[in-house]
Amino acid sequence: MSNDVDNSRRKFIAAGVAGTAGLVLAPGVTLLDMAHARPAGEAASSAKRWGLLIDSTKCATGCNDCVTACGKENGVASTGHPETDPQWIRKIELKEIKSGRSHSLPMMCQHCAEPPCVDVCPTGASFKRADGIVLVDRHICIGCRYCMMACPYKARSFVHEEHEDQNPDVPRGKGCVEACTLCVHRIDKDQQPACVEACSAGNHGAMLFGDLNDSNSEISKRIATFATTQVRPDLALNTGVRYQGI
Amino acid sequence: MNNDVFRKNKDAAFYFLLGAIGLVALAGLGAAFYMEHYGHVVTGMTNQIVWGLPHVFALFLIVAASGVLNMASIGSVFGKPVYKARAALSGLLAIAMLAGGLMVLMLDLGRSDRLIIAMTYLNLKSVFALNVFLYTIFFSVVVLYLWTMMDRKMHGYSRYVGFAAFIWRLLLTTGTGAIFGFLVARQAYGSALLPPMFIIMSFSFGLAVFMIVQAVMYRWNDRVLDEEILRRLKNLLAVFVAAVLYFTAVYHMTNLYFAKQTDFERFILLDGGIYTTLFWVGQVLIGSVLPLFLLFTAKKSSTVVVASLLVILGGFFQLYVFLIGGQAFPLNLFPGMEQSSSFFDGVIHSYSPSLPEFLLGMGGIAVAALITAIVAKVLNFMPDDTPHPASH
Ligand code: SF4
Ligand code: SF4
Repeated sequence: MSNDVDNSRRKFIAAGVAGTAGLVLAPGVTLLDMAHARPAGEAASSAKRWGLLIDSTKCATGCNDCVTACGKENGVASTGHPETDPQWIRKIELKEIKSGRSHSLPMMCQHCAEPPCVDVCPTGASFKRADGIVLVDRHICIGCRYCMMACPYKARSFVHEEHEDQNPDVPRGKGCVEACTLCVHRIDKDQQPACVEACSAGNHGAMLFGDLNDSNSEISKRIATFATTQVRPDLALNTGVRYQGI
Repeated sequence: MNNDVFRKNKDAAFYFLLGAIGLVALAGLGAAFYMEHYGHVVTGMTNQIVWGLPHVFALFLIVAASGVLNMASIGSVFGKPVYKARAALSGLLAIAMLAGGLMVLMLDLGRSDRLIIAMTYLNLKSVFALNVFLYTIFFSVVVLYLWTMMDRKMHGYSRYVGFAAFIWRLLLTTGTGAIFGFLVARQAYGSALLPPMFIIMSFSFGLAVFMIVQAVMYRWNDRVLDEEILRRLKNLLAVFVAAVLYFTAVYHMTNLYFAKQTDFERFILLDGGIYTTLFWVGQVLIGSVLPLFLLFTAKKSSTVVVASLLVILGGFFQLYVFLIGGQAFPLNLFPGMEQSSSFFDGVIHSYSPSLPEFLLGMGGIAVAALITAIVAKVLNFMPDDTPHPASH
């Protein structure tokens, strides 16, 4: 119930912001850049849908730049227990069984528009923000791991032990489930996700971040031009992360 | 005089028994505390095998809890006196096992300290939340049902409440099965057969538990179960065991031929190592074939008890293969491709259950046993088979 109220309040605020912005801006000037810097306390807007496009032809086997950057940004470090250590993003090596063709690509939470993790979560700790980012509220998560059972991409990790060196922007806690946040704390400061930044800093250019709802955004244009795919499209989850080249 | 000494001995034995079960329950609580303190890293569970041994125990207890109430249903809904005499005991066992199972689930949570959140923040779309609701109503209906049976003034309502309990227990097991039905990407759980299979499993496990508890109570009270009744109950158990075996066969066949889950089926049935062994030796041989043989040939109550124990053991194997084996088989993110990563993509996941997990599971059984023993001692739950004119 309170969710509904919240949603309608968010929509109302969003509409208001969009309306005012539209009045001020000259026609033809995109809202994208301005709305990027979201003032603290303002709700995410459903006018946007943040997404990623990953071009596997530009992603090399052995390159781990995105993974390293994510770990540093979010304080996700290895403790020497590979089976229980959380991994928010990982590199997957693929080989087509018939042709032998191989691919390398990063895999993380796909920020589904119809997220099974959110559907199954008993407490509502798993939720989707208006702008499409799927998150875990770690104050409500009870650590039942049902979302991990439900996620088709193995995108979530359970925090199996205490850990130090946390980034104050990214609180994490033992006994809760976590996953890629699309660096929501950076997006809200008008920055790109750490992985995307690292990928371009390394001159690979395999990751592109942007607004899937804006047909003028680079990501939407690329999706409109090139053949891209979602992982497990048969599940019809409408993922926010798209792939090119596989 | 002699009788007095005898009674005293019996009482001492009862308290000794309570103490022993209580210790197991305490060990379970201790294990939960240990897991909570150090985190799940001290268990065998990982980011691959997300639900482990505690969930096998919890699932067994919850499934058996709804099944054991079957006794009462046959008695009240279908008016069979033999079952009616056992309705109260079956109701008590249902409550006790559900409590034990839920306790295990609760204590395994990453944040069991957030019980209040779990009860107050309900995402109504979640089957888990739906199950919380199903369990709560189940408890209330069964308690009400027990009341209608124990209080003469309430007898008249017994039938109606019994009917409600009957419907609710079917819903409850369907709800339990549906937890897995939502795991769209996991090959083990994508079958529409799961809810009916869970119902028939609940009949079998529930009756097996009932037979054992009943045998213990008769023994304790130095009474002998009527041969005809024993014969009927053991035949019923045999039918249920055979039905579970049949459903298992259909489940694997449909997976093989219709759902084309050949790779997963190959894993469970042929080359899945421990899971293949547990399936064929544990579930099929120890849990089905052997008890069926014993039940058909049994003359004595003790043979039926052994058969029931085997059915329970087989049930644990079955749930282990279903739950852990189903997770051990990797998710297929990219059909038609070989996959590898640092996060164990494309490989069979390993799991070795740890002592704390086992103790927690046993703790759940102990709590169920404690509730049963104490309530059965205070109130009278002994089945009474003396013919009752009113019950015909
Ligand atoms: S990828 Fe998994 S964790 Fe991410 S939104 Fe989809 S189901 Fe949820
Ligand atoms: S582990 Fe947390 S986020 Fe996941 S389903 Fe349970 S409560 Fe929700």
